[in-house]
Amino acid sequence: MTDTVQHVEQTEASRSQWWDVWDQFKSHRGALVGLVIFAIIVFGVTLGPFIWRADPQAIPPVVEMIKQRDYRPIYTALWDSGAKVSWANPLGTDNLARDNLARLMYGGRVSIAVGLTAMVLSIVLGTAIGVVAGYFRKFDGPLMRTTDLFLALPLLPLILVASLLFREPLSAMFGVEGGTFALIVALIGITSWMQTARIVRGDVLALKEREFVLAARSIGTPARRIITNHILPNIMSPIMVSATLGIASSIITESALSFLGFGFPPDFPTWGRLLNDSVDRMVSYPERVIWPGLAISLTVLSVNYIGDGLRDALDPRIRGR
Amino acid sequence: MLTFTIRRLILAIPTLLFISLVIFLLLQLAPGDPMAQVPLTVPPEVKEKMRQALGLGQPVYVQYWKWIVQFFWIEPQVLIDNIFGTSLTEGKLRVISWQTRSPVMDIVYQRLPQTLWVVGVAYLVGILIALPIGIYSAYRQYSVFDNAGTFVTMVGFSVPPFFSGVLVIVIFAVNLGWFPSIYDTTHKVTDWASFKVQLNQMFLPVMVLALQITSQISRFMRASMLDNLNQDYVRTARAKGLSEWTVVMTHVLRNSMIPVVTVIALGIPSIFGGAIITEQVFKVNGIGQLLITSIQANDLPMVQTLTFIFAVLIVLFNLVADVLYGILDPRIRYD
Amino acid sequence: MNLKATLLGAAAAFAMAPMAMAERGADGHVNIIYWQAPSILNPFLSGGTKDIESASLIIEPLARYDETGTLVPWLAEEVPTVENGGVSEDLTSITWKLKPGILWSDGTPFTSADVKFTADYCMHPEGGCAQLTKFEGVTSVETPDELTVVVTFDKPTPFPYGPFVGGESPILQAAQFANCMGAKAPECTEQNFNPIGTGPFVVTDFRPNDVISMEANPNYRDPNKPAFATLTFKGGGDATAAGRAVMETGEFDYAWNLQLAPDVIAGMEAAGKGTAVAGFGPLLERIMLNNTNPDPALGPDERSVVRPHPFLSDPAVYKAMSMAIDRPLLVEVGYGKAGRVSCSWVPAPAAYAIEVEGCDVQDIAGANALLDEAGIVDTDGDGIREKDGVPLKVLYQTSTNAVRQDFQALIKQWWSEIGIDTELRNINASVFFGGDPGSPDTFQKFYADVEMYANTFNGTDPQTYLGNALCDKAPSPANQWQGENISRFCSEEYDALHAKLATTANAEERAEIAKKLNRMVVEGGGMIPLVHRGRLSAHANSLGGVKLNVWDSELWNVADWYRIK
Repeated sequence: MTDTVQHVEQTEASRSQWWDVWDQFKSHRGALVGLVIFAIIVFGVTLGPFIWRADPQAIPPVVEMIKQRDYRPIYTALWDSGAKVSWANPLGTDNLARDNLARLMYGGRVSIAVGLTAMVLSIVLGTAIGVVAGYFRKFDGPLMRTTDLFLALPLLPLILVASLLFREPLSAMFGVEGGTFALIVALIGITSWMQTARIVRGDVLALKEREFVLAARSIGTPARRIITNHILPNIMSPIMVSATLGIASSIITESALSFLGFGFPPDFPTWGRLLNDSVDRMVSYPERVIWPGLAISLTVLSVNYIGDGLRDALDPRIRGR
Repeated sequence: MLTFTIRRLILAIPTLLFISLVIFLLLQLAPGDPMAQVPLTVPPEVKEKMRQALGLGQPVYVQYWKWIVQFFWIEPQVLIDNIFGTSLTEGKLRVISWQTRSPVMDIVYQRLPQTLWVVGVAYLVGILIALPIGIYSAYRQYSVFDNAGTFVTMVGFSVPPFFSGVLVIVIFAVNLGWFPSIYDTTHKVTDWASFKVQLNQMFLPVMVLALQITSQISRFMRASMLDNLNQDYVRTARAKGLSEWTVVMTHVLRNSMIPVVTVIALGIPSIFGGAIITEQVFKVNGIGQLLITSIQANDLPMVQTLTFIFAVLIVLFNLVADVLYGILDPRIRYD
Repeated sequence: MNLKATLLGAAAAFAMAPMAMAERGADGHVNIIYWQAPSILNPFLSGGTKDIESASLIIEPLARYDETGTLVPWLAEEVPTVENGGVSEDLTSITWKLKPGILWSDGTPFTSADVKFTADYCMHPEGGCAQLTKFEGVTSVETPDELTVVVTFDKPTPFPYGPFVGGESPILQAAQFANCMGAKAPECTEQNFNPIGTGPFVVTDFRPNDVISMEANPNYRDPNKPAFATLTFKGGGDATAAGRAVMETGEFDYAWNLQLAPDVIAGMEAAGKGTAVAGFGPLLERIMLNNTNPDPALGPDERSVVRPHPFLSDPAVYKAMSMAIDRPLLVEVGYGKAGRVSCSWVPAPAAYAIEVEGCDVQDIAGANALLDEAGIVDTDGDGIREKDGVPLKVLYQTSTNAVRQDFQALIKQWWSEIGIDTELRNINASVFFGGDPGSPDTFQKFYADVEMYANTFNGTDPQTYLGNALCDKAPSPANQWQGENISRFCSEEYDALHAKLATTANAEERAEIAKKLNRMVVEGGGMIPLVHRGRLSAHANSLGGVKLNVWDSELWNVADWYRIK
């Protein structure tokens, strides 16, 4: 009975608290702009292909292919009237006459999905390990030595082994693309949590000796509550930074994995891969590197500003002002 | 703190042995073949003989034991020989690379200068730029400087070096011709003129690497400073009439250093690890390039040795970080 | 001419200097870049192209192939043949006469003892010699005098030019390597990094997997060569960067094997500092067809071992797949001037190449008609044909490489137009070409329906290469998945004809048999040939004397290189 009462009180309290958070978040200009841009990118890559219906993998028959390949983006016509452009391909076509805009949109689906999921996985893992190691002394040694071990493992052989052991079972479970997705996300997640864990642990070590934590502990607050109510809110900012940087490195790592052949099939576009494939032709076709590069940077920037706003909004000291 | 350090150092020995075993088993389990780069025109029977000559037919525990003995017993003796001119190791088998059939450690010594020049300098430059940017961005949050800094560092981090490296080569080496696109590892610095040549060839790779490092460290510095700038003790310090400089640079900075120290301590071993992609792009051929080529050629003794040295540095610098926590915040105790 | 110049002495050499040939070392420094870095300068311990070619600057064979594929004497006086009495009538022995007066770079004379030592070195059972096939069938190497070497074989050998011929089989100095026999071979670091040779250059500093510094050999047999006093051989990076360093920035003079798309090469050439040159050997890019069943449901002892493949064994299917491919377009997209349309397993030398009708035209309609006629039609309306209820879905794997991934995308599209569904996979080259029996992704295991790669052979004789389609060479668990018959093609008729080739000496008859074998595999469902690939290398416009050689080391005539002034 008392339990339920407490529960109800808590949800009421937290609802009004979240309302405050939203109010504060709204007043953060950068965060709002970031949110809008991020929303545009997400809508663009999820709904975009329903509006722009070009197939990112289809190659036209031979004669057309020769004619339609290497189109420049439509805006090149502004300064170069002789440029090979067409309204049918606003961002031009690649060297096999595939539509760049369609590839950019399809590529974004995978890149954003991989980037976000892998980032969440690595942040959750890193935070959990960091908090436990920092707060409970008896776990500190074993967990930090495990972290050292993971930091020391060479990435490429690790990927080879994981791909050898888990590729086929995962494909059987989730299908080829689902299995690849799970494998990539898991690989990036379990190879990138260590930095977060070390940072979180360092902060927790300092925090748990602060007066407010000691006070909470002295009145008998259980460890779980101290962690969720006092420790976690105070380590949000380094976690947010890790998260933003994590998205960028996950998107790039995905392209490296696919390039090495452990990721998605070769004709499956992702932002990192589009960028990678186009570096050789950077001088003749700058658009092929600019657009994917811009897409990755914009995603990371917008997430960064959203993170900034969230952190400010979650900080009670700032929220009051 | 001293007892803590000593205890951790002693504990590091079994940890490192365990790490070396895990790395060894991982490398054994990973698919791959040291004969992968031998052309298809060489028939399988010959390849099999070549594998036997490398000692691949032996059981795994024998191979591991051989490596342990060679690395922990013979290599230190070689070092003593080199320093004191003794001959303890004559005729003893050192850790031999499968690719080059030469002692692994000799190649590592050969590669260290260019790695330290390029990656080490980039790290130093990165930290020196990142700290002021981080501090000032936090102090003037949402100012023009802060926003510009955020933009540059975030774009800098989002653009992978396989792109930014080639981009600066196309601009500065191909079009402008200011810097070479290929690093000359045989270049020796003997006087001012050759030092300038060295600086010239280092410039592009250091720039590309430092951008990444700056981005990362300045973000953590800024976030951590922001957390501390609003704390009560800062208000107290200001109320006491301390100057802004003292408040920010001593009180706030010291308390904000913990995450930054963590990131830097994690980064220093990676100086030794080299920068794989940047080294490839500029042909610096340091430790990073050595590691990736040995992984591709399945040169297990080389990969094992490099990874293990890397592990030693990681364990060591994480210990340094832990000790630094205690100095930065005396309330942190480990005992 | 050269010999005469030597005899005439220094005065004559000076007199000639202003004409074409300068004196030794007059042209200063030359820079060569290989995007794969040499690890060792002893080709017997490595077998990698990068190592063989870098070593060819220093150590030389008795005879080698020139840019046309003709054998030319190098350290020998002439190439022994049956006609000039150098090869015995029964084809069991060959007698090499060495050029007199040749010195090693340390000043000691080069003798037949060095040649015999080289054979002993490689044939040592514990040495793990990478070039052992060069010495296949050799029973003894005799040295009747200082300048004569007699090699005896265990049976009549119609093509006795294996040992001591070509960049893979150069001569080592006996005095230097005497203590490096057998199991000791890998321990001789100093020798393996700084071999003493007869070639135009000597090593001054070798940094494995990075850079080699060399200078002109003071004891080189032609006193006017090489024209360059010093040489830097840089390794590492990637093909794009190497091409850029030669053709765009001009930092380097020669870049090896630029596997880049033609438009990328053209863009680099436009910078005007260098030229790309192509040469054609027997390298063929092909799609191998799996003759066994790669179904994952089969156990590890049966997958890719039991015959037949559920649908690829049907001639209508593989013929249609081949007809659907537009080879001229593949050449244009992927290789440009470094590629030619070919449907011959052995595309060169010309004597062994076959012509296949319809090779250079795409015929989607014809392919569809062929499949319809064979009764392989789409029965369930999903756009994919079925043969006996098995849908034509293929897994198409290859190594990671930009051009190969473009090919995969194109061919997938074409096959979709004839009702074949394709799933693509690319695998890291070091795993794909590595023979690790523990990995499911090697090209030998062939856990896929079709796979694409390129293969070639050394020298000009295809007999051993044609042996790659013999039944008993198929990889299987019994031989730890080692074996060159990747497609698992198997025909008694083929095996018998190949046995006949091994005993035929007449060149014309050999060519006739080889062509028949060639055609049997291409038309019998062993492979779909795609592109005859050339080697594309680039040299600076100021570097003269480059003759691209695909039959031997590319650096074979480095002694003749000079600076165009």
